[in-house]
Amino acid sequence: MKRGLLGVWIAGCLVGSAGSLAQAAEVSVAVAANFTAPMQKIAAAFEQDTGHKALLTFGSTGKFYAQIKSGAPFEVLLAADDETPARLEREGLGAPGMRFTYAIGRLVLWSRQPTLVDDQGDVLQTGRFERLALADPKLAPYGAAAVEVLNGLGLLKSLAPKFVQGGNIAQTHQYVATGNAELGFVALSQVFADGKLTRGSAWTVPARLHTPIRQDAVVLNAGKDKPAALAFMAYLRNDKARAIIRSFGYEL
Amino acid sequence: MPPSTEALQAIWLTVELATLTTLVLLVIATPIAWWLSGTRSRWRAPVSALVTLPLVLPPTVLGFYLLVAMGPDGLLGRLTLALGWGTLPFTFTGLLVGSIIFSLPFAVLPIQHAFEAIGPRPMEVAATLRARPLDAFFSVALPLARPGLITAAILSFAHTVGEFGVVLMIGGNIPGKTRVVSTQIYGHVEAMEYSQAHWLAGGMVLLSFVVLLALSLMKRRLGRVMP
Repeated sequence: MKRGLLGVWIAGCLVGSAGSLAQAAEVSVAVAANFTAPMQKIAAAFEQDTGHKALLTFGSTGKFYAQIKSGAPFEVLLAADDETPARLEREGLGAPGMRFTYAIGRLVLWSRQPTLVDDQGDVLQTGRFERLALADPKLAPYGAAAVEVLNGLGLLKSLAPKFVQGGNIAQTHQYVATGNAELGFVALSQVFADGKLTRGSAWTVPARLHTPIRQDAVVLNAGKDKPAALAFMAYLRNDKARAIIRSFGYEL
Repeated sequence: MPPSTEALQAIWLTVELATLTTLVLLVIATPIAWWLSGTRSRWRAPVSALVTLPLVLPPTVLGFYLLVAMGPDGLLGRLTLALGWGTLPFTFTGLLVGSIIFSLPFAVLPIQHAFEAIGPRPMEVAATLRARPLDAFFSVALPLARPGLITAAILSFAHTVGEFGVVLMIGGNIPGKTRVVSTQIYGHVEAMEYSQAHWLAGGMVLLSFVVLLALSLMKRRLGRVMP
């Protein structure tokens, strides 16, 4: 009798899990660090709407590239640039013809002090600060954009001694958030939520001062036959996801 | 490919950081190890746990805590600001402080074990020969613990050379000031400049091997002093 009940229970579990497996799957997504906050919101909405679960890994695009080349099992990459996805596709690691720009990043000069940064960025001219944080321009598109802006303003040489460089944009944000650097160039998405600045003072750098930071998404070989990966790519383009992306200060 | 000036700068900085870290650690770790090996205080267990903690914490976590502690809101940061030194992150001194904390268990544990292996007996004999405690420590305990001290030096040096997470976090990757070999390699790999990365990594392996080999040969020679 007891054994019979157990058998029914086990059978029930098997049927139940097989049923849920059929509709809901997992998709593993490598996500550029600057897109962390919006991605978490989108993933939650994605799971609610489709039943699929997005497993998120956050990091730098360069590291993801190295890992994908070495066979990392990511199915989708949301890069911080448009070069890496194109390169992956060229090298046969990404599914051809599925790339698209999911967000255009905005650069912001930010300080946690409420009055340090004015809305014209004139604080850069005064030089009244010890340290200016930016992401390593060689590694992070936001770092490269920051250097482009400073170069355009003719301040690159004079401010270079005050640079402290984060390995990625998340680390750069930490330097400023902990007050170790008074101000720094970070991604608008890191200090912006629900349409306004979360704290401190900031100058949203006009988009014309640097090459647009186009962030592209690409389906990787591991994901090209997976319905969940394709559903995720489609979801990223729908209005709900786009509204979330915009609310964090990205353009689209 | 010949080494770039940037690479040489990073190598020199790494050697400087590792050497200074090792020297400072030997001075700090020896009294801590001595106290831990002999005390019956109820503080022994907590202090021992605290010393070992950096072994457990992921380097980026430790680095983040150090960044907060040494920042303008942190205890250490307020202290250095009050003293007029500014804050420590993004300076060589800051890196040194970080490396010392990060490698502390690698220095304390071998020395502590060496002291424990000696036991109380030699010190008691020295006392009966009317040696004062400090005198006996330097002329009896320390020479007997030499293999432990050398192991501590090897591990501290090696660990500092290989240290990466903490350095990247509190260093700010400034060329000539806080950009050491490990962060430089990281930069090359992230920027997909794999050939430069290979070159530096190979150099680092070779350099570390030579240093470790020299120290371990030295240890064998000096170790013979042990009874």
